[in-house]
Amino acid sequence: MALETIDAAAKRGVLALQDYVVLSARALGDLFRRPFYREDIFMQADIIGVGSLPIVILTGFFLGGVLALQSASTLQQFGAAAFTGQLVSFSMIKEIGPVVTALMVSGRNASGMASELGSMIVTEQIDAMRALGTDPLKKLVMPRIVATVVMLFFLVIISDAVGICGGGFVSVLMLGQDASQYLHLSYQSLEFPDILQGLVKPVFFGFIIATIGCYYGMKTRGGTQGVGRSTTQAVVWSSILIIVCDFMVSRFMIGIFGR
Amino acid sequence: MSGMHGGANGATPPDPSAEPVVVFEDVSIGFEQKPVLENISFRVHPGEMRVLLGPAGVGKSVLLKLVNGLLRPDSGRIFVFGKEISAMREEDLFELRGSIGTVFQEGALFDSLTVRDNVGYRLMEEHLPDEEITARATEALRFVELEHTLDKFPSELSGGMRRRVAIARAIVTNPRLILYDSPTGGLDPITSTTIIELVMKQRDVSHTSSLVVTHRLQDAFVLAMHRFDRARNGMVPLPEHQTDPNTSFLMLHQGHLVFDGSTKELVHSSDPFIREYIS
Repeated sequence: MALETIDAAAKRGVLALQDYVVLSARALGDLFRRPFYREDIFMQADIIGVGSLPIVILTGFFLGGVLALQSASTLQQFGAAAFTGQLVSFSMIKEIGPVVTALMVSGRNASGMASELGSMIVTEQIDAMRALGTDPLKKLVMPRIVATVVMLFFLVIISDAVGICGGGFVSVLMLGQDASQYLHLSYQSLEFPDILQGLVKPVFFGFIIATIGCYYGMKTRGGTQGVGRSTTQAVVWSSILIIVCDFMVSRFMIGIFGR
Repeated sequence: MSGMHGGANGATPPDPSAEPVVVFEDVSIGFEQKPVLENISFRVHPGEMRVLLGPAGVGKSVLLKLVNGLLRPDSGRIFVFGKEISAMREEDLFELRGSIGTVFQEGALFDSLTVRDNVGYRLMEEHLPDEEITARATEALRFVELEHTLDKFPSELSGGMRRRVAIARAIVTNPRLILYDSPTGGLDPITSTTIIELVMKQRDVSHTSSLVVTHRLQDAFVLAMHRFDRARNGMVPLPEHQTDPNTSFLMLHQGHLVFDGSTKELVHSSDPFIREYIS
């Protein structure tokens, strides 16, 4: 009996993975097939990118600030408080900026995608779209993937910049450090692999957010309760996968560049 | 097979030698290892209206979704306009669906689009000029007498109006086949009559082939025993003992097609289930 349960759960898991891979692959393939929904990509970019800007700026600024606060107090014990800027920029660009921005965007947009597409599923709007001769993967999923990947890339850059400014604000105005020294160390110690790592991650994270949000939306069953369930699962799984992916990309890039 | 007194409304019975619009050959489908439809075979000829009857949950909507390829059969073959859709790729089906209009159970209008954009959706996908889209959407809406709702959103319309907009959306491209999934489900009797009149109008004015799913026997018999009078812009009853020659019936029971025939054959069936259903 227990074996049967494990067997059924394993099959469900494999089937879900298969469906997810097929959905992602087909949506990516749609990038190269006509019609190309350019307007939908711009509309999604506006919703996902511009719409997420306030939360990204706010979280980025305060994260940079708290990083400066915490690191300055530790560094001071070793007489190295001047390196606060370096630590803030390193942390923001390589880890905190991409991961926290992705988690914020995931909370806002993976849930939005899952609930929007899920509602369309339960009200037969997706079937209506197919019946009207439109491929929902091309019209709804592909633009969300493109928009999320592109916009998250720029949101992370903004978050990094605002975070470093937040750290600077705390270091200079609250901890009394020298502004020129803070900024100088912030960028002087950065090298190409650090920047690359910070810019590669949002591409993966954006893909995860959009595909997981759309996957759970398109797989919604069971009315409004099902929409709620899909929304929750989309946020939970995209958050988990972002952190797992972060570890893997970091390990891979450290393996290649040695830092 | 269908109609015992043709020509009542100037209509002629469908020509059985003409290539059928829809052919089902031994089609079966199931979900989670439970069979829903088993060995279903029937045909829809050009200009013919087939009314699909059966109790709720018997698989009527599933059958309709098989016709436009929204679902694929587990076994058997389905031909639409002579093409085997059960063997077609999804990408190829999108083109074919342009010739099929579908009216969903609850209308399934896009709630973020206006009535004009809902009705003209397919035309927008074809990148037609805005003026042409508006003109054709207005024309389709005039058919359902809702041309004044062009700029409204579906949420601003009543249930019956939404259903009429869904009919306008289905006919805007002049499809060769229309699928109606319980077009009167959940509507009050007066609104239901309006919708049935529109379905009849499409049958008698445009002579479009159609499959009408319903569990309301009353609607089915109204379709079989009335015709649309253009002069009066409404339906009128056919003379006594006459039925529409283009309207015939299919009935599902426990996943099987238990009836395929004319109104007269349905009324005089000796099958205990059919007798109980129509009594």
